[in-house]
Amino acid sequence: MSRHTLSVLVEDKPGVLTRVASLFARRAFNINSLAVGPTEVSGISRMTVVVDADGDLIEQVTKQLNKLINVIKIVELTSESSVQRDHILVKVRADAATRLQVTQAADLFRASVVDVSTDSVVIEATGTPEKLAALLSVLEPFGIREIVQSGTLAVGRGSRSMSDRALRSA
Amino acid sequence: MSKGSPISPSLMAAKSAGAPKAPEKVDRTADAVVDNAATLSPVLGPNNVVPPTVMTGSEAIVRSLEELGVDDIFGLPGGAILPTYDPLMASKMNHVLVRHEQGAGHAAQGYAMVTGRVGVCIATSGPGATNLVTAIMDAHMDSVPLVAITGQVSASVIGTDAFQEADIVGITMPITKHSFLVTDPNDIPHVMAEAFYLASTGRPGPVLVDIAKNAQQGTMTFSWPPKIDLPGYRPVVRGHNKQVREAARLIAAAHKPVLYVGGGVVKAHASAELRELAELTGAPVVTTLMARGAFPDSHPQHVGMPGMHGTVSAVTALQQSDLLITLGARFDDRVTGVLSTFAPHAKIIHADIDPAEISKNRTADVPIVGSVKEIIPELSEAVRNAFEQSGTPDLDGWWAFLNNLRDTYPLGWTEPDDGLSAPQRVIERIGALTGPEGIYVAGVGQHQMWAAQFIKYERPHAWLNSGGAGTMGYAVPAAMGAKVGEPDRVVWAIDGDGCFQMTNQELATCAINKIPIKVAIINNSSLGMVRQWQTLFYEGRYSNTDLNTGHDTVRIPDFVKLADAYGCAAFRCERDEDIDATIQKALEINDRPVVIDFVVSPNSMVWPMVPSGVSNDQIQVARNMTPEWEEED
Repeated sequence: MSRHTLSVLVEDKPGVLTRVASLFARRAFNINSLAVGPTEVSGISRMTVVVDADGDLIEQVTKQLNKLINVIKIVELTSESSVQRDHILVKVRADAATRLQVTQAADLFRASVVDVSTDSVVIEATGTPEKLAALLSVLEPFGIREIVQSGTLAVGRGSRSMSDRALRSA
Repeated sequence: MSKGSPISPSLMAAKSAGAPKAPEKVDRTADAVVDNAATLSPVLGPNNVVPPTVMTGSEAIVRSLEELGVDDIFGLPGGAILPTYDPLMASKMNHVLVRHEQGAGHAAQGYAMVTGRVGVCIATSGPGATNLVTAIMDAHMDSVPLVAITGQVSASVIGTDAFQEADIVGITMPITKHSFLVTDPNDIPHVMAEAFYLASTGRPGPVLVDIAKNAQQGTMTFSWPPKIDLPGYRPVVRGHNKQVREAARLIAAAHKPVLYVGGGVVKAHASAELRELAELTGAPVVTTLMARGAFPDSHPQHVGMPGMHGTVSAVTALQQSDLLITLGARFDDRVTGVLSTFAPHAKIIHADIDPAEISKNRTADVPIVGSVKEIIPELSEAVRNAFEQSGTPDLDGWWAFLNNLRDTYPLGWTEPDDGLSAPQRVIERIGALTGPEGIYVAGVGQHQMWAAQFIKYERPHAWLNSGGAGTMGYAVPAAMGAKVGEPDRVVWAIDGDGCFQMTNQELATCAINKIPIKVAIINNSSLGMVRQWQTLFYEGRYSNTDLNTGHDTVRIPDFVKLADAYGCAAFRCERDEDIDATIQKALEINDRPVVIDFVVSPNSMVWPMVPSGVSNDQIQVARNMTPEWEEED
C-alpha cells in the first residue's frame, strides 16, 4: 500500500465533510489524515486527504469521491511536485534543569516555544511528517505530555492554481 | 510549475474539461467528452416562465412539482409535512395516499421504471421518513430515478431530539445520489429543480429533499425556471471516439464475443440501438436480471440470463467468451460468481455512464464512459467501418457451441414429488396468457427467479424487480406504481407468500383508488429461496422458513379472505387443471384488484444454480448435476 495525497475542491455546503468522511468509511478506504478549510474563492473549500491505497484502489477512491455532487475537482499531489506540511503542538516536560536542552532541540527543527510553565513547554512545529517524527523522537526522552497534530496540508509547486482552473471550467 | 496530476482522466474530463490529462493513463481509462450538444435546460418540465409571485414554502413545493411536470405522487401525510398537504389538495396532480411509506417509495419506483420519468414520494419526518429508507436504498441499488420529499421539524428545533425528529439526510447519505436539507423557503424552487435533474440524469438514482416545517410555512417569492447551480455535477453522455474505435477493433477481431447487457440499456431507452448493434455483430446477447426485455427473448441471438440462476448457455457464453461487450452492466457478484474465475479468457469492453463502475470489479480493457444511448449507435458505426476493413468475423463455431448448449440445457422444471402444482408452471402460464405487452413485477426469492426465467420478455420496461437490493415486499406497491404510470397495461405482481405479507396493505390503496393490479401469490407456504438453501446447504434443516400458508397447514392468513377484506377479487387455485381458467378470470376483471392464491409445492427449486462461492463453471442444472463440458467441443 502506498500513500497518496489528494486535494479535493468542494462546495462549502453543510454536510460535505460528512459526505466525504462517510464515503471513505462505507467503501472501506483508509484515511490517514484529512484537513479542510476555506480557499481564496468564497463558497469553495479545499480538503487535503491522505489515503493509504494501491493504484487500482486510489482510482476507485477518486471515482467515488467524484460522484459526490458537492465535489468539484480532485487532484493527486505527488511529493515531488508539491509542498506538503503538517502542523504540530507538543507539550513537553521541561523544568529549570532541562528547559534549555528542550528549547535547543526545538531550535534545531526550527520549531518555536509558544508557552512556558514551571515544568513544561509547548512547542509548535511545521514540517513534513518525517521531520515532525524526528522532532518527536528527540523530544521523547524529556517526557511528552500531549500531542496535537493537524492533517497534512498540500499545495502544488509553481504558479498554477487548482481552484482557478477548476472554476474556469465549471 | 505545478506537476499536480489529475488522476483518473475520465473523471477529470467529466468534472473539468480544461484539466490536462496524464498521458500515461489516458489509454487505460476512458477520457470522455462532455456533451456540448445538451444545452437544453436542465430544469425538467416545460420551463414555463413564472414571474415573481409571493407564496408560502408549501405552495412553492407544490408549484415546483407542477412546473417540473409531475403528474402522480405517492405519499402519506404527518405533522412535519402537513403544511404541504394543504396546497396539494388544490393541485391538479394526482396524489395516491398509501398505507405505509415504504409502499409510497416502491410505488414511485414502479412508476419510474415503466414510464422512465422521475417517481415522487412524500412522507413526514421521523418514522415517516425512515419508512422510506428501504425503498430509497432499493432505488439506489437499481439506479431508479426517485425524488423523496420528507418533512422535517422546524429549523429552530433541529438537533434537539424534537418529536418525530430524525436526521434523515444523515441516515440516507450512503443510499442517495444526493440529498438536500431545506430550511429557507427561498431555496425550494432551485432545490426541487436540482433534485429532479440529479435523479434523472447521468446514472439515475434517488434524491432526498428534506424540508423543515418553518421553510414550508414561511413566505417566499416564487419564480420559474430557477437557476440550477451544481458545479460539481457534469455527467458524461457521449463516449470517447478513440475508445469506441478501439472497441470496434476488438469486436472485429473477436471469435467468441458476447453482448453483456445490463439494466443501463433499459434506463437509457436504448433497446433499438442495441438490437442494431447485435444484428450487425451477430454476437450472442445475454440480458441480466435488470435487463430482461432489453433484447427480445424470442430473438435467435438471445442466449438467456446470466448469473446465479441464469441459463447454461448464457453463463457458459460469458465463461468461454474472448470478448465481453458490456453495456450498462456492472459485474455484480450474482452475475460473476467468484470474480477471479469469471470469464477468464475475455477482454472487456465496458460502457457505462458511471465512471466508478468501470474497472470497479473487473478491469476494463476498453472503458467507455457515457450513455449507452449515445455509445451504442457510435459503436455500430465504428463496427461497420471495422468490418469493411477487416471483414466480418466468422462466429459459426461459437454459435455451434452455444446452440448445442441451448438445445441440451433448455430452461425447464421437474414436477414436484408431492403431487402439488409446480410454481414454474403457474408463472409460465401467467406470462403466456397475458403476453409481452403486460408488465410483470416480482418480489424477491424463488418466484422472482422463475418470473425472470419463464415469462418471455419482448420489450423493455415490462419487467420490474428488486435486483440489487433484493427487497422482499417490493412487488405489490411497485405494481401499484407501475399501473398508475401505465394504466392501460395489464400489471401483474408475481409475489411470494412471504413477500406478500410484508406490503399487502397497499391492496387497500389499489382498491380505493381504482388501481386494478393483479397479484399472483406463488404460495409455497415458506420463505422459499431460504428453504432451498437450507435444502442444499444445511442438510434440510428448515430453521424458521415455514410460513403455514399452504397445503396441510393452518393457512394463516387465508389470502383469499384477506384479499376479499381489502375489496379485491380473490381466487384460490390448487390444481394444475385450474391454472389457465383462474388466470383468464383474473384477466377479465378490470374494475378492482385481483388476488390469486396459487398454492404450490414447497419442494420446487430454482435451477440452474451456481452455488455461492464457486466459479460459474460449476453451474448445476439440477441438484449435483453439472453439464458434461467434455462433450461440447
